[in-house]
Parts: sequence; C-alpha cells; structure tokens
Amino acid sequence: MRTMPPNDGGGPPASLDRRGFLAGAAALAVSGTALIHAREAWGLEVKALKPDTMATLIAMARDIYPHDRLADRFYAVAVKSFDDKAAADPKMKAMIENGIADLDGRARKAFGTPYRTVGWEAQRVTLLRQIEGGPLFKAVRPALVVSLYNQKEAWPIFGYEGESAGHGGYISRGFDDLTWL
Amino acid sequence: MAAKFDLNDDTVVVIVGSGAGGGTLGTQLALKGINTVILEAGKRHEIEDFVNDEWASFAQLAWTDMRTTSGSWRVARDFPNLPAWIVKAVGGSTVHWAGASLRFQPHEFKAATTYGRIKGTNLADWPISSDEMAPWYAMAEDRMGVTRTNGIPGLPGNNNYKVLEAGAKKVGYKEVSTGRMAINSQARDDRGACQQIGFCFQGCKSGAKWSTLYAEIPKGEATGKLEVRPESHVVRIEHDKSGKVTGVVYHDAAGTIRRQKARLVCVAGNSIESPRLLLNSESSKFPDGLANSSGQVGKNYMRHMTGSVYGVFDRPVKMWRGTTMAGIVQDEAGNDPKRGFVGGYELETLSLGLPFMAAFLDPGAWGREFATALDAYANMAGMWIVGEDMPQEKNGVTLDPKAKDKYGMPVARVHFDDHPNDVAMRNHAYSRGRAIYEAVGATRTFPTTPYPSTHNLGTNRMSAKPSDGVVNKWGQSHDIKNLFVSDGSQFTTGGAENPTLTIVALALRQANYIAEQLGQKTI
Ligand SMILES: Cc1cc2nc3c(=O)[nH]c(=O)nc-3n(C[C@H](O)[C@H](O)[C@H](O)COP(=O)(O)OP(=O)(O)OC[C@H]3O[C@@H](n4cnc5c(N)ncnc54)[C@H](O)[C@@H]3O)c2cc1C
Ligand code: SF4
Repeated sequence: MRTMPPNDGGGPPASLDRRGFLAGAAALAVSGTALIHAREAWGLEVKALKPDTMATLIAMARDIYPHDRLADRFYAVAVKSFDDKAAADPKMKAMIENGIADLDGRARKAFGTPYRTVGWEAQRVTLLRQIEGGPLFKAVRPALVVSLYNQKEAWPIFGYEGESAGHGGYISRGFDDLTWL
Repeated sequence: MAAKFDLNDDTVVVIVGSGAGGGTLGTQLALKGINTVILEAGKRHEIEDFVNDEWASFAQLAWTDMRTTSGSWRVARDFPNLPAWIVKAVGGSTVHWAGASLRFQPHEFKAATTYGRIKGTNLADWPISSDEMAPWYAMAEDRMGVTRTNGIPGLPGNNNYKVLEAGAKKVGYKEVSTGRMAINSQARDDRGACQQIGFCFQGCKSGAKWSTLYAEIPKGEATGKLEVRPESHVVRIEHDKSGKVTGVVYHDAAGTIRRQKARLVCVAGNSIESPRLLLNSESSKFPDGLANSSGQVGKNYMRHMTGSVYGVFDRPVKMWRGTTMAGIVQDEAGNDPKRGFVGGYELETLSLGLPFMAAFLDPGAWGREFATALDAYANMAGMWIVGEDMPQEKNGVTLDPKAKDKYGMPVARVHFDDHPNDVAMRNHAYSRGRAIYEAVGATRTFPTTPYPSTHNLGTNRMSAKPSDGVVNKWGQSHDIKNLFVSDGSQFTTGGAENPTLTIVALALRQANYIAEQLGQKTI
C-alpha cells in the first residue's frame, strides 16, 4: 500500500477535478467516461481514449519512472496530454489504443491478467521491455520525462526548491550550509 | 543612443551573431569609432525576462531551429535534432554560459608539435603563440571581471563545491578552488555581486555574470556607433565579381528579405551556424562555399571531451543552491601521455535542476535504477568533465541533403565520432571523478554521458597556410580579405579549457586588427 508523503503539496493539481468519494474503493476505478481515484479524491474525464486505456497509461507511467513517494495523480497529470493528442489526431488515438491493447494481450498471455493487474512491477517491466522499441513506448517515455518531472507540485517531494531569484537567491539562504563533511 | 544605419550604407562592418565573439567584437569596434551593425537571429530578452525554470528558459532562449546529426556519438541517438545546447538570442550563448574563464596553457597552442602525429587526427599548431595572446587574455579578463585576476577575489564555495573540494583533497589533488569565473564576487563594472541564485544557465537574474547582452552591447550602443538588429536571420553573404564581400541577405522579424550592404563582414554565429552560412553562400565563383578553397569549412568540429559524474551521498548536498560552476580541479589539465592519452582535462562543479537532471542523467533510461537515482536528487553532488578533444576531418558540419529551415535553406548536419584519445581521456576522468566522490562517502556514482554540445569549436579553423584552414591568425579568411570569422569556429584546437575567454580575447585582438586595417585602407 502506497502512503501519501507528508509534503506532497496538498490537494489535486488544478487539472484534475476534486471529487468527494467514499474511502475504501479501489484505487483507480472507471465510471462512464471518467477515471475516479477514491483515495486521492480526484477524477479525470477522458475525452478520446477509453477510460481503461487511460488507467493503463497511468500505471505504465509509474512503471517507467517508479517513485514510491509520488501519488498517482502526478502520473495522471503527466499522461493526460495523450488524451488531448488522441482527441486531435485519430492516428495518434489508434496508435495508443492499439499499443495498450497489445500490452494487455502480452500481459494476459504471460500472466493471465491485463497489464494493470499483473502483480509485480518486475513482471510488468518484462512486458515494457518487450514493447520498448514500439511506437507507444517511444511516444510515452520521452514525453513523460518532461511532463512528470516538470510538475512544480512534485519538486518538493524530491527536495528540489525551484525558482530562487524571487527569494533573493541563496546568498542568505544556505548556499553553503553543508556541514557533514 | 543606439545607432540606426541604412540598408544601403556600404561603409558599415556587419557582424552575424551577438554572442561571445560577435557581441564583443561589435562593441569593441564601436568603442573604436567604427560604424557596426550586428544582425542577430534571436530576440532581445533582457535580465527581467529571464526565468528560473529550466524548460521554460530553454523554450525562451535555446536554438531549436532544425538541425540533423550523424555519427557514433550518443547525442545523435538521444537528441537527433539537438546536437548543441546553445542560445538564439541577443547575447548568444553568453546568456546561458556558466562563466568559467580559463586561459589556454602555452603548449595547447602548439598541439601538433606537442602531441606529435596521432592517427585519425588533423592536429595543427595555432598560428598564434601563448605569448602573443597574453595581453589579449589580460584585457579580456579585465573586461569580463574574471575572479582571481586583477585583484578580484574568488567566489565563495557552495555546497556542491564543498563536496568536490573535500573529495579532491582526499585523493591528493592540490589545484582545487572556486576557479576563475566571469561572475562578480563583488560589485564591479556597474553590476552587482553574485546572489548565489543557482540558475546561471537560465540567464543570470542579478547581472553578476558577464554576458555580451548587458555587459558589452549597451556600452557599444552608447557610443552611437553600434546597431544591434534582433530577429534578423542571415541566410547568405554576397560578393562582387572580384570576390570581395559586399553585404548580407537576411530575414527580418516579419520574414521580409532584407539586404544589408557592408564594407566588411564578420561571421560569429557559433561553430554550427558559421560554417553553414559560408557553405550556403556558395556561388558560381565559389561553388564550394565562401572562404573554402582549403575545403576545411565545416571540418574539424570539436565539442570538447565532456561527460559528468554525479555522486549520491547519505546526507543532503542541495547542489542546485548557488553558482552552477564555481569549483574546479586542475591537476589533470596538463599533458601527461603516461595516462594513456594526450592533452588534459578539468573537473568543474555542475548542477542541473530536477527537470534537466531527469532528461540528461542517462537519456532514454527508465525503470527503478533510474528512478531511485532521482529519488536521491537532494543528496547528489555533480561535476562536469571538460578536456581537449582531437580535431578529426570527418567530424563536422555539412549541409543536410534534405532538411531545410523555414527560409528554405539547407540545415546543418552535425557529424561526430569520438577519437580513441577522447574515449581514453573520458574513461580516465570518469574514474577520477568517482574516486573524488567515493573518498567523501558517495554511496553511488553515475558516469554520465556527454550532453548536447555547449562548446562548439573548430569548423573554420585558423592556420598559417591557406591550404590547412579557413582563416589566418587574425580570423581573416585566407580567400577573401574583407570576410572574417569571429567566434569559436576559428579554434585550431580546443585545449582543455572552457573556450569563451579565448573567444573574447580573440575578438578584442581582431577588433584591433580590423581598426588598423580600415585605418590603413588595406581592406
Ligand atoms: C549551458 C552552457 C554553459 C556554458 N558554460 C561556459 C563556461 O562556463 N565557460 C565557457 O568558457 N563557455 C561556456 N559555454 C560556452 C559559451 O557559451 C560559448 O563558447 C560561447 O558563447 C560561444 O561564442 P560564439 O560567439 O561562438 O557563439 P554564441 O555565443 O553562441 O553566439 C552566436 C550567436 O549567433 C547567432 N546566429 C547564429 N546564426 C545566425 C544567423 N545566420 N544570423 C544571425 N544570427 C545568427 C545566434 O543566435 C547566437 O546568438 C557554455 C555554453 C552553454 C550553452
Ligand atoms: S548564481 Fe550568481 S552568477 Fe549564477 S545566476 Fe545566480 S547571481 Fe547569477
């Protein structure tokens, strides 16, 4: 069970809708055209992709860059743009849907269950290694390395402090405060 | 007070590019009373426009016009359209640069003589000696306010420096300091002292770091002799029947084609665009491009032997706090072939913010090995390796046979293969870098692959003989008297040092030469 970090920046990023849900539901559930994350109290309307596809993309994003201290919502924000791209471009939509269907197919064959419910990360990673050279992975990973790590709300979790000129730099804020050497 | 010159004024000096070379040269010519127009492809962003945000700043400042790549370097695979990380804006890459300002060592001007014949290289001696450069280096250091010269104190060491210094001393290195930096450690030249902001690569918000954007160009403009035209992308240099250069064709901000006449043209677009412009300026008289009778335009591309080492510790470092590159170990900079390679290298502190660290630590990597490295981001220290790479004729800039830019001009294709000497030096530096961090308790180290090139050199090199290179010892093209090269592409060899101090010293020296020649009416 993942735990929420104490300093994860509070509520959901603006791009996800906050929803009130009963605690105890499955982590990420599909309801109509929406994805609902009960524990983190957010929902995501999916426009072009199948909601299940989006849920699998989110799981895939975590397996590509697994940070146990990052809540699912950071991964959801990071891959949300693929729904927009799919809405704008039918070829992109087909590529993603086919890619996810293929990934699920491989998961069923190897582990008897769709990608999202394969039990161990190491097992899911063997599936990702199989599709690493394919169009889905090659589209998702390079976009994700920017869209995940460029979320300002995620920076405090890594300790990164971001903008500093507005605070007068670090001249009086510990640029040389290291004392353990 | 900035000048405004007529397009048909054929008495002006036209400079292409406003970076370290072009911005310095244009200012110095104006200070000498010579009417000068700098045409700069990028926009003019002032200090208040800079943002402490890596990707947003990249979008604001970096050159992202199409380029292509080939060769065995990893950049061609990981960043096929981004061979170099340099700036397209007034100030050029001196907006991005970190400020490390080192002189070449004397033997580095005599690379061919010192290193001897090395298979696969096109090594040559510079047509200038260290003694000849000394006064120009001194002038550049004063101009740029380089710390540890002219009585300017060194910068204070930040956390990243403390780790480097402690580790380096533990492994026995002696020449360890916060280096010679063109960053004010105290107020100087109407600019304040470094506030340890830590976004040196994103444009210094305090103006403590020297840049042609605010430390040179405004002084040139104040003379009334300098006009800087931003968003003016030069696509062609023109010449008359005799072969003399007559002016340049450029696209202005609206995309309109303009023709600026000139008495003399200086090319300073950095080592990818400068040869591209000469090649794209081919004509029936010069079918292989301007100034290219030697066939050396675009050849001998160097990018320094680089790489980085990051170390993870069991306690926080917060390397991003404070000056990005104020820390250096110089013990490996000399030439000691016993190490298994010729030439030497410097180790300098470096930090990237989290977004860039994710993109550049191991491009393309993913999974838990990679993610746990970033989980340790706050406990990381970082250093950059910069050493002399070998000039090879096959490395260089050619015109891409297919890809064109938005003006319909062929884009630059950048080819690079490491030379075995580069590989041997990099491996040596990786092991020394790891040893430094392990000596102070690193629990994990990363030998990180070179980034897209920040130092781009050698593609219009200087030579004593016209058959060996593109320009003479003044940066004047061997073939065309009133055509000069004024940027890092003049470098005959790269040395182990960050190049900008040498680019600026050469530009100051060239300004003197041009003023003399114009005065004597020899050009
Ligand atoms: C992140 C980073 C850190 C660095 N740190 C250091 C350091 O610490 N020490 C050091 O010595 N060096 C450093 N450098 C390198 C240094 O910035 C360059 O060596 C130097 O700026 C190169 O000078 P230049 O005149 O050759 O080109 P630039 O400074 O790049 O200037 C070229 C200019 O020409 C313009 N241009 C190009 N083509 C055209 C055209 N066709 N028409 C009109 N304009 C054109 C470009 O837009 C650009 O503004 C760093 C570079 C980077 C990117
Ligand atoms: S650390 Fe110093 S030089 Fe670097 S951006 Fe900040 S004030 Fe400028």
